[in-house]
Amino acid sequence: MTSEEGRGADAAAIDVAYVARLARIDLTPEEQARFQRQLDEVVAYVRKIREPDTSGIEPTAHAVAVRNVFRDDAPRPGLDRGEVMANAPAVVQGLFRVPQIVE
Amino acid sequence: MAEPVNRALPTAHAALARLRRGECSSEELVRDVLGRIRATDGGIGAYLWVDEEDALGQARAADARRAAGNEGRLLGVPVAVKDVLNVRGQPCTCASRILRGYVAPYDATAVARLRAEGAVFAGRTNMDEFAMGSTTENSAVQVTRNPRDPERVPGGSSGGAAACVAAGEAVVALGTDTGGSIRQPAAFCGCVGLKPSYGRVSRYGLTAFASSLDQIGTLSADVRDAALMLQVMAGADCMDSTCLDAPVPDYGAALRDDLRGMKLGIPREYFVGGLAPEVETPVRTAIEQCRALGAEVAELSLPHTEYAIATYYVIAAAEASANLARFDGVRYGRRARAESDPMTMYCRTRAEGFGAEVKRRVILGTYVLSSGYYDAYYLTAQRVRTLIRRDFEKAFAHCDALLAPVAPSLPWRLGEAADDPLKMYLGDIYTVTANLAGICGMSVPCGSSADGLPVGLQILGPALGEEKVLRVGHAYEASASRPAAGP
Repeated sequence: MTSEEGRGADAAAIDVAYVARLARIDLTPEEQARFQRQLDEVVAYVRKIREPDTSGIEPTAHAVAVRNVFRDDAPRPGLDRGEVMANAPAVVQGLFRVPQIVE
Repeated sequence: MAEPVNRALPTAHAALARLRRGECSSEELVRDVLGRIRATDGGIGAYLWVDEEDALGQARAADARRAAGNEGRLLGVPVAVKDVLNVRGQPCTCASRILRGYVAPYDATAVARLRAEGAVFAGRTNMDEFAMGSTTENSAVQVTRNPRDPERVPGGSSGGAAACVAAGEAVVALGTDTGGSIRQPAAFCGCVGLKPSYGRVSRYGLTAFASSLDQIGTLSADVRDAALMLQVMAGADCMDSTCLDAPVPDYGAALRDDLRGMKLGIPREYFVGGLAPEVETPVRTAIEQCRALGAEVAELSLPHTEYAIATYYVIAAAEASANLARFDGVRYGRRARAESDPMTMYCRTRAEGFGAEVKRRVILGTYVLSSGYYDAYYLTAQRVRTLIRRDFEKAFAHCDALLAPVAPSLPWRLGEAADDPLKMYLGDIYTVTANLAGICGMSVPCGSSADGLPVGLQILGPALGEEKVLRVGHAYEASASRPAAGP
């Protein structure tokens, strides 16, 4: 169990160093301290959402509910491969090059 | 009080009339705009990128198309585009380091529809990085100044778009509005900003910030141009399943000079506490003007307004953290040099590529979605969102549109709220509600403070009720431009 999970939802605290790791962002010690202070304030503020009675209220994921939107299953050209790969930071033989993942 | 601030600015409809009568060419029109950019943008910083040769080439193509008798609804009109919307062959960086050098391989649907009608895409406008901010100071590239006072911010996140229209450096501009990012800079710079209802305009080709809130709209010199642009962009798109398959009415036909028979609501909660008197006075005067134009005006209540900011920042941050996960240094944009293993590559790429506000929101969003917190924050916020949406549904059962301020204050001084995120968030109180509810809204200039800083009147309409909002805005704007009708 992580330190975060043990605290329960009523604790306002956000562990910025831990959450930044989940979000895959390295922080400098200065950023970590500053964001901790700023996000403590923001998280304390957003707890206001618990004030109104929401029992029995359906959540809204999208303002306009749409379901099962289909388009014709017709083939059409995709993006130009050359234009797409031109935006890649590293390319080998027309493929995205990445650091070794599997030993 | 209600002076016609935009009388001197170019409009698309006036330009089109001249083009169709053969009084000018698109090339001349685009040269004028490029000349204006050269002359004034050094002091404003609205544009991130302009390609003069390419723009002139598009203009000459438009002139040739007209000469061949093939009209278009925007044929030859230059349109500035916020740097978050893809225009094929042009950079699209979202004013972020992580996308420096990215070239769009396709047109956004909204762009493609404008292009098909002959619009000319001359440049890319500055914004808060990934549209996260209310001042454009979160741009990783440059500062944009308010054309009405260079010591003030232009608002955000579509600050460059609003500033270029207000400075006459564009005829009309595309922006995006996730929590007020079109309406607030329009109010701060003194131009018209239209945020259509959620689902009215396809989001395909808009780099997503918060997918359930984002919507593409316009910044323009007047309401007629907003109607003209929406007419071209609106309607179903097979590339965006959330884009509604609802008929697109004739928006131009909705523009009339009176408000007889219309019922307008004044939400009590939008005039309390923190509203600056310099903002409230012109807005109240504009409301009286609407009454004088024949509207029935009555106060009403949107009781859950006080929870809107908290609800918005939970939902927007959550969606942002998911949407921005794609910026990992693999397929596009920047990659950090050290790439010994994937985890290090991701963490360093995002550390180097994102600015402070983007990092804060991704971290906040990751937190509210994380195990043990999802129900307490994200799911609760979605339930409160339902309450806010119902407030509007009840209000629109009794009235056609609502009138309110856009922002509680005049444009901030540069740097005033730069490193105080909560202070900046609270300034969005009157605008985030429309995005949470999925309704449409527009900001129309309604005068100035004693210092000459612009103030906007916000007109909110029901989902797909753009005709009503445009009608109110146009009638008010027309009356404010008639000297005899002024207060």
